[in-house]
Amino acid sequence: MTSTSPTQQGETHVAPQADHGDPARTWIGRIAEGRAWLFLAGLIICFEVWSRLAFGATFVLNPFNLQSIAIFAVAPLLLATGQTFVIISGGIDLSLGFIMGLAAVVAAHATNMAGAAIPLPLAMLAGILAAVLVAGVPGMINGLLISRLRIPPFIGTLGMFGVARGAAYLLAGGTTVPVQNSWFALLGNGKFHGVPYLVMITAIFVVVMHYILSQTRFGQHNYAIGANVQAARRAGIDIRGHILRLYVLSAMCAGLGGALYAARFTAGAAQAGEPLLLDSVAAVVIGGASLFGGSGTIFGTVAGALVIAVIQYGLVFVNVEPFWQFIAVGLVIIISVLIDQAQRRFSGARQDE
Amino acid sequence: MNSSEQTTPLLEVRHLSKHFGAVQALNDFSMSVQPGEVVALAGDNGAGKTTLIKAISGVFQPTAGEILLRGQPVSFATPQEAREKGIETIYQDLALADNLSIGANIFLGREPMRKAFGFLPVLDRKAMAVAAKQTMGRLDFHVSRLEAPVSNFSGGQRQAVAIGRAVYWDAQILIMDEPTAALGVPEQRKVISLIHQLKAQGRGVIFISHNLQDIFAVSDRIVVLRRGVQAGERKISETNHDEVVKLMVGG
Repeated sequence: MTSTSPTQQGETHVAPQADHGDPARTWIGRIAEGRAWLFLAGLIICFEVWSRLAFGATFVLNPFNLQSIAIFAVAPLLLATGQTFVIISGGIDLSLGFIMGLAAVVAAHATNMAGAAIPLPLAMLAGILAAVLVAGVPGMINGLLISRLRIPPFIGTLGMFGVARGAAYLLAGGTTVPVQNSWFALLGNGKFHGVPYLVMITAIFVVVMHYILSQTRFGQHNYAIGANVQAARRAGIDIRGHILRLYVLSAMCAGLGGALYAARFTAGAAQAGEPLLLDSVAAVVIGGASLFGGSGTIFGTVAGALVIAVIQYGLVFVNVEPFWQFIAVGLVIIISVLIDQAQRRFSGARQDE
Repeated sequence: MNSSEQTTPLLEVRHLSKHFGAVQALNDFSMSVQPGEVVALAGDNGAGKTTLIKAISGVFQPTAGEILLRGQPVSFATPQEAREKGIETIYQDLALADNLSIGANIFLGREPMRKAFGFLPVLDRKAMAVAAKQTMGRLDFHVSRLEAPVSNFSGGQRQAVAIGRAVYWDAQILIMDEPTAALGVPEQRKVISLIHQLKAQGRGVIFISHNLQDIFAVSDRIVVLRRGVQAGERKISETNHDEVVKLMVGG
């Protein structure tokens, strides 16, 4: 389709003017861009009305509900921030769920061991640090498999899914590992002016990740690699090094998720992240990223994770059988992708040649 | 062999050979490019055009022979080294990241940074946009929405972005591999005019094409390759389609 090219002007006019209706600015483009936030607003209104009609109580103005939703969203969001980077680069990380489980077990063991030797607050920090660092190891193996041995990300991280799962259960001795550290428990359950510490840590972390994705060369190269690896390579970007760092970063996000899980439940469990992996992918997709790579934002993913958390918590709140959650989240994913497809079709982008 | 004796050529290739095992992809090939000259490289598929440009642009090393840049012998271990010396290759499949703006594409891999709040390094998008606007202006390509991703532009416009990137980084030699192949006729014509502009700026262009019409429209000289050897070299003003075709197919 070359219908976008302006009228032919002969040889004297070298390049055409670039103005021919920027499709990203059409109404459907705007809707597609902000669809995760629209979903979120729609859901909140929906539950608010439902709750008022059914129980005569407010849903969204209840601070306890907001806290619970935020806490619900923390772990999937931590996985999803790492997953956002990976999906923008055109890959996928299936191992994040069990890397999180592994990290939760490591955090529990390390906090307990360190607690025997050093003061409790330091032991807590040592536990978190150990969890994040240990999580980096499977991330590094993922990165090496994908960048050096050219294993497709789906397969490489699927293998690591199994390895991390086994390692986590072995390390936990097949059970959950309780944490004896009052500071760690406080971190997981305490609040400051009604805002849980976990939510604060996650918010800060998300802002840092947003900075890395949107304002640094690493982030810029991540988008370029997702759109056109050849172009990125020809521009002199070190693709191998980038991919390696990328998977270490995403695994470390899962590592932090595992540590915070251990804080919240004062126990490390190998299955901590098991149901969260697909939630993380769903959050990224609802947030507007394309699984083909090249697009997506951290704040979109935040909205995506909140959509899932609102559905999960809201349906429980209005007393609907929990199995409807899966159906609702599934429908949101499908609608989200349909909007994305429609936007691409209407904008005509990429269909030029 | 030609008129290159008076001035030092911008680029000169002497007795270049490249063997892949027993296959001689390029054999004792010589050519030169003067400043402000467009040299067309013609030849059938498998004649060695791609091998030649890959050797010049540092994708791989020639088996024998030498490459001279302004009279100085050079050798490139990587395409980056060639690019730093001012040799830029523009590929037919458009080496652009479609989701990024013109500025981001021009600076891809070499993004300028600035300090936000005095300490936090962030991408200097403004500088990128300004440079994009100036560079594209030099190619008579006027853009108003500099933040739009290049996927919003047509094939010819994107080709202009790729050329703009080379111009911004001050490439002296542009190797263009079938720059018009993927384009419609009006767009092809625009790329041809872009090449005229590069020529007027004193840059050297190696122009690879199957399209004799384009070659005759834009080139000063034509070098014909056949099975890895130079089958002939003609000034465009002194030859015609028939002769070039004969050289290409060996008639």
